[in-house]
Amino acid sequence: MNSAAPITDSYRSGPDDSGHFGIFGGRFVAETLMPLILEVNQAWQKYRHDERYLADIRYYAEHYVGRPSPLYFARRLTNHLGGAKIYFKRDELNHTGSHKINNTLGQILLARRMNKRRIIAETGAGQHGVAAATVCALFDLPCVVYMGETDIERQAPNVFRMKLLGTEVVPVTSGTATLKDAMNEALRDWVANVEDTFYIIGTCAGPHPYPEMVREFQSVIGRETREQIMQWENRLPDVLIACIGGGSNAMGLFHPFLDDPSVEIIGVEAGGLGIETGQHAASLSGGLPGVLHGNRTYLLQNSDGQIRDAHSISAGLDYPGIGPEHSWLYEQERIEYVSVTDQEALEAFQVCCRTEGIIPALEPSHALAHVFKLAPSMSKEQIIVMNMCGRGDKDVFTVAEALGEKL
Amino acid sequence: MTKRLQTRFEALAKKNRAGLVTFITAGDPSPEISLEILNGLPEAGADIIELGMPFSDPMADGPAIQLSSQRALNNGASMIKTLEMVGSFREKEDETPIILMGYFNPIYRYGSQEFLNDAVAIGVDGLIIVDLPPEEDDELCHACLTAGLNWIRLTTPTSDNSRLSSILKNSSGFVYHVAITGITGTRSAEIQELESTVKRIRSQTLLPIAVGFGVKSQSQVREIGRFADAVVVGSALVNTVKSALEENLTKQQIGLKVHEFVSELATGLR
Repeated sequence: MNSAAPITDSYRSGPDDSGHFGIFGGRFVAETLMPLILEVNQAWQKYRHDERYLADIRYYAEHYVGRPSPLYFARRLTNHLGGAKIYFKRDELNHTGSHKINNTLGQILLARRMNKRRIIAETGAGQHGVAAATVCALFDLPCVVYMGETDIERQAPNVFRMKLLGTEVVPVTSGTATLKDAMNEALRDWVANVEDTFYIIGTCAGPHPYPEMVREFQSVIGRETREQIMQWENRLPDVLIACIGGGSNAMGLFHPFLDDPSVEIIGVEAGGLGIETGQHAASLSGGLPGVLHGNRTYLLQNSDGQIRDAHSISAGLDYPGIGPEHSWLYEQERIEYVSVTDQEALEAFQVCCRTEGIIPALEPSHALAHVFKLAPSMSKEQIIVMNMCGRGDKDVFTVAEALGEKL
Repeated sequence: MTKRLQTRFEALAKKNRAGLVTFITAGDPSPEISLEILNGLPEAGADIIELGMPFSDPMADGPAIQLSSQRALNNGASMIKTLEMVGSFREKEDETPIILMGYFNPIYRYGSQEFLNDAVAIGVDGLIIVDLPPEEDDELCHACLTAGLNWIRLTTPTSDNSRLSSILKNSSGFVYHVAITGITGTRSAEIQELESTVKRIRSQTLLPIAVGFGVKSQSQVREIGRFADAVVVGSALVNTVKSALEENLTKQQIGLKVHEFVSELATGLR
């Protein structure tokens, strides 16, 4: 796809040259960063179709990450729910345990081509931080990961994992000491180290070209799914479901299907304690358009434009924004966005463990909870594909606490 | 266009000295104390006042200004209160230019046009919006100039000549040069390098040039004032507010402390 292509009646042609999906996206950064953002974009546009670059990504994706990830027919869960056939796209089987490495791999290979000598990243739950630390170890580049102090406390295993991988984890105490503040701090680092540093953003948000770049790296999920479901069923699925924090795993699964009208697409936001309580992370269902972290998109904010804290039992969904392409697709009504509460996700998590022998991360447990609502009302010939974007090892402490068990 | 900025820079040129731009965050640490500080700034030696509009996520600012924003927000600061504060100041003082500095989201939420109308009516002279580079400022820049407010853009050490020309194109009032690649209140610039950058900018514009970021002391103000038209001090001032708070001083004492520091800085330009 050529980025210079005009917006057509396709849902897949965005963004425009300046990174806009309708009114969303863009490059809302301080002037100091503008030349860097332009430089990243120049490199990205140069290499995105470069055969050797793409071959490099494919090599590591196959031999290091373990792609393609299986598309798995969840037979017992299907029987349990008694409706549509349920398939899991098993991106939790990737090296490092989530889809995040699809993106860090693509970005670090770009950083190397730009001769950048230092990597920075932000992380919330630590999955992106671990994926960034992993590729930095692999390519021998120093890595600094910014992480909110609050998140450091609740995600101790991932913090230690990053340290083992040789990454410096910097606690962020500013603001509310969570993911949004970690992203602010990474941007501040970048402004101060413009010469040698590459910022690996973890989701399909941030200034252009990040939303487009991350989407392209994650779209391997949807491309594989297309091929695999044809092998299983010889037709496209009826419904795609994925969870949404910033929205990169969802965009990765959805994007290759956006122009297939027969495929219904559903994004599941984190409803926390319930949208009505205000304690949630559902930027579309409970937010308004605004500008943060370099892009215009839906944000959790008060009437004065101050960013509100997100809440979710899943640290990976705990972000007050969402990728700008999702905001655009929401307003275009191509994708339906729903929300699922902490409690519903927790129940789906437990059922999945017992029926399929898969301990899902709390993030895809949200997608799963919506599968639970939808599948029974569908016919047995219909097909749902859900993105199992992460494994739940990291979440066992959180779940134990929620269930009142002591480890 | 409001005239206060132009008049002030012309007066400074006649006196053959650079101006002192003082930054404080509106509502820091409370509406009352902040107003006390604001009201005394001109007498203390501030030639231009830069008033920060508090934002929850000030990504271009260092710890000092981040904390000042938080103190303000914790004590009820809002966009409306920031404008009201300018209104109170203008009841007694109609000469010192006031520039509002901040991030786009609170303005976007307020309603861009409504905000511009309210700001000019209450006595604001210009805007600096950190996260609106020329590529994204169409929606505010032209409306701002049409409303009669100066649109002050930032130049940085990373702005090469081709970027400079697009930055300078719709700038008005003055040019704010960011002295370092970095956030506010951290390291300071190499003076020689800074001087040559300012020279380079001056060759492309007739607008006055103010220099800020990392300027903390009277001696730095003096040095930069030799080649810039104005010098901005921010983090050092809000740090003065912070330390005064930690000493449990009264409203008047906090005001006095900040004003003494401003006087000391101003002496560097006289």
